[in-house]
Amino acid sequence: MTTENKIDLYRRNFVGGAATLAAGITIAPGVLLTGVAQAKPADQPVSSSVRWGMLVNANKCDDCGACVTACNETHGLVGHGRPETDAQWIRTVKLRDKTTGHVETLPVMCQHCETPPCADVCPTGASFRRADGIVLVDKHICIGCRYCMMACPYKARSFIHETLTDQKPHAPRGKGTVESCTMCVDRVDNGEQPACVVACAGEHGEDKAITFGDMKDPNSEISQLMMKFGGKQIRADLGLNTGVRYQGL
Amino acid sequence: MRLSLARKTTLALIGLVFIAISSVVSAETPKPVVPKGKGEQCVEPTEDMRKNHMKYLKHQRDLTVHEGIRTKKFSLVECIECHVVPNEKGEYPKFGSDDHFCSSCHNYASVDIDCFQCHATKPDTSQGYRHNLDAKAAHHFTTTSEEQVLNQSDIELVTAEKEQQ
Repeated sequence: MTTENKIDLYRRNFVGGAATLAAGITIAPGVLLTGVAQAKPADQPVSSSVRWGMLVNANKCDDCGACVTACNETHGLVGHGRPETDAQWIRTVKLRDKTTGHVETLPVMCQHCETPPCADVCPTGASFRRADGIVLVDKHICIGCRYCMMACPYKARSFIHETLTDQKPHAPRGKGTVESCTMCVDRVDNGEQPACVVACAGEHGEDKAITFGDMKDPNSEISQLMMKFGGKQIRADLGLNTGVRYQGL
Repeated sequence: MRLSLARKTTLALIGLVFIAISSVVSAETPKPVVPKGKGEQCVEPTEDMRKNHMKYLKHQRDLTVHEGIRTKKFSLVECIECHVVPNEKGEYPKFGSDDHFCSSCHNYASVDIDCFQCHATKPDTSQGYRHNLDAKAAHHFTTTSEEQVLNQSDIELVTAEKEQQ
């Protein structure tokens, strides 16, 4: 790290600390805002000064399914009784150690890579990574070729085979396009947390398994947790620098 | 050639009927009946919106999807929020029918749009979208029955108020 970068980091720490202090004073004595997403003004574009990410603590996940249900409900994902092709933005995966018999469950969704293979292979530019690190499909220009589904190492994407009606206003989705976890982009832009994160906290309280926040802000809850416990990537060997990290794998 | 009186009368009558029909057609060219929205005035003058709404929407869509700019002015969700209103029974018109704001005119102009293959055609009535993400709601998948009853009565209240006006 160069001296200049260090100075920048110090400045950022100082400004971040001051902001946290101010927020704490404003709201109530002794109450600090931690891990709350910062709402940007609606007319401003997202910037790369933040990188949204999630940290999943596999030790705390008990496969309750609250995150999956909340995601399905929020985005209006309805199954058609065909598990092979039904849309799935987040799912719980069970890992069983054959030697010890230890079973671990964890939610897996789009890992929001820094260098997303889906965007690399997309022939129209529909798969892209937003400046703040959220990987999305622009369904207006998606032609449904499904190259991205083949390229994704996490099997995170779904293709819509059926004509849909009654979509949610904030989750437009339709036949012939590919989709995946959007990290609840409209909620994040409004300064809220993704639905799965809220549902997990609602189910487990302080013992929540998913933490959401800005990975570039050293004072955010997610950064603090990752600094302390680390944040493993699934298939780290691919060097994708994922935005969804795991703890306790 | 001499025509009988009866024949003359018949021809005259046919002529009159023909003139009557053609005058009606020329006076009243059928126009689309566009349902009235909730507000008094659209985000831009009506003439401008009629001509340029597609440009505004397309521009906004790219800004929103790629840059996360979520201003409400040209947001499709906001258009639907204001322009698609329920009838007396509290039912929202379906896209494709002449009662739906968008299709009322697009049917008339025979313009085929695919916005609504993906986008919602009516406002979201379940106000819980952003707020009911507690564990209970998450497990039971749908909102509780009390909330649904409340929503229904809300709708009736709103429509009753409109009738009074």
